[in-house]
Amino acid sequence: MNTDSLVTIDGLTREDMLDIIRMASYFEEHPNHRILEGKVVATLFFEPSTRTRLSFETAVNRLGGRIIGFSDAATSSSSKGETLKDTIKMVSNYVDLIIMRHYLEGAARYAAEVTDVPVINAGDGANQHPSQTMLDLYSIYKTQGTLDGLTITMVGDLKYGRTVHSLLMAMRHFNPTFRFVACNELRMPDEYKLFCDKNGIRYSEHTDFSPAVIDTSDIIYMTRVQRERFTDIMEYEKVKDLYTLRNSMLDSSRPNLRILHPLPRVNEIAYDVDDNPKAYYFDQARNGLFTRQALICRALGIDPLAYKNHRP
Amino acid sequence: MTADKKELAVAALSAGTVIDHIPSSALFKAVKILGIANIHTPVTIGNNLPSKRLAAKGIIKVADVEFPEAVLNRIAIIAPTARINIIRDFKVVEKRQVELPEKVVGIVKCDNPKCITNNEPMSTVFHIVDRENTECVTLRCQYCNHTVTNSKAHLL
Repeated sequence: MNTDSLVTIDGLTREDMLDIIRMASYFEEHPNHRILEGKVVATLFFEPSTRTRLSFETAVNRLGGRIIGFSDAATSSSSKGETLKDTIKMVSNYVDLIIMRHYLEGAARYAAEVTDVPVINAGDGANQHPSQTMLDLYSIYKTQGTLDGLTITMVGDLKYGRTVHSLLMAMRHFNPTFRFVACNELRMPDEYKLFCDKNGIRYSEHTDFSPAVIDTSDIIYMTRVQRERFTDIMEYEKVKDLYTLRNSMLDSSRPNLRILHPLPRVNEIAYDVDDNPKAYYFDQARNGLFTRQALICRALGIDPLAYKNHRP
Repeated sequence: MTADKKELAVAALSAGTVIDHIPSSALFKAVKILGIANIHTPVTIGNNLPSKRLAAKGIIKVADVEFPEAVLNRIAIIAPTARINIIRDFKVVEKRQVELPEKVVGIVKCDNPKCITNNEPMSTVFHIVDRENTECVTLRCQYCNHTVTNSKAHLL
């Protein structure tokens, strides 16, 4: 497998993450930096994901690169029965970097194994979405000034939520304290609690989204509770509003608290929170652009800071 | 003389490989993994035999064949207690326990229907999660990260 690919968040060390954050903050100051001039990037979206695709494509465009690709498997040759391997082999002849979204789990790892062109995983089924995790880390870093020693409260669907699992694993390098707030049906799987135990990460579990939890958090990471996750629909009706954040609940929260959410939200964050300066989810999405610019440069082995200094 | 040796004497294998102490429930999986069906020398398979260490054990005796170590170790995922005896000239010249391999390629099926390995013409690759626990071996899919325990693993 080519080492420049980004398939899972576990593939990144603490230093890698801090480097990417440094690069992302550089791009936030200089979003239009044409260092991909002459490079062609493929965005292969075997399942539609408009938000992620637009973010990656904007990143390439702002870096001056060109894009080829498709936004739906129906318009690719996989609809004719071509294997993923053949599609990747074919596209590899044309491009310098592949950014891929796929509905099958492990697809990104396999793609990275069959080509020498670096692959960035833009989500493979319920498995991994490392660029989301990196933009979460960047958002946390930006709002708190550090990633170390923070208290992070995760709320909502902690059982199926891919973003919370990846964030939890990425934070192992930064000595966090976690609060897991969820109903019994959607509580954090044992596998991840075991991961915390093994890595010496402090955590506590709560079924109550209480002031005690809110007022001692540096970050509250909200997630959507989806009806289809429940085997018992009565249970869903019972809990669906228990994990909704309202503006009044933030009255005695810490001044540095920020609310994060991977979006789209439904009713888990009331609209009256949007105007609170502690609401950060829209900026968080914007940070995705800078983080993806950094990830693209990393995959291509380009250091924008060095490039800036050597430019004639 | 140990009970093991008595048994081997009965089989009177002049040369070959004896795989002993296979849990009865895993015997036919081991037969499949080792590709015994394609071997043309005499093969003796016994199952549900009394055992001191296991509830009931299975045994495979293959005349005139010595398997590469890597091939024998492939059965460690389903029969970590299995013992290998290499026989030459009626004598046991080597006796050892099977060892869990670093990775298990092309043997176990991933039980996640949305895993890429179930949708592309490719080999599965599993890694052993906890090497210390030989009672219950847990395998993790290299691609989708789903885990499966050895007793529940489906073979390809």
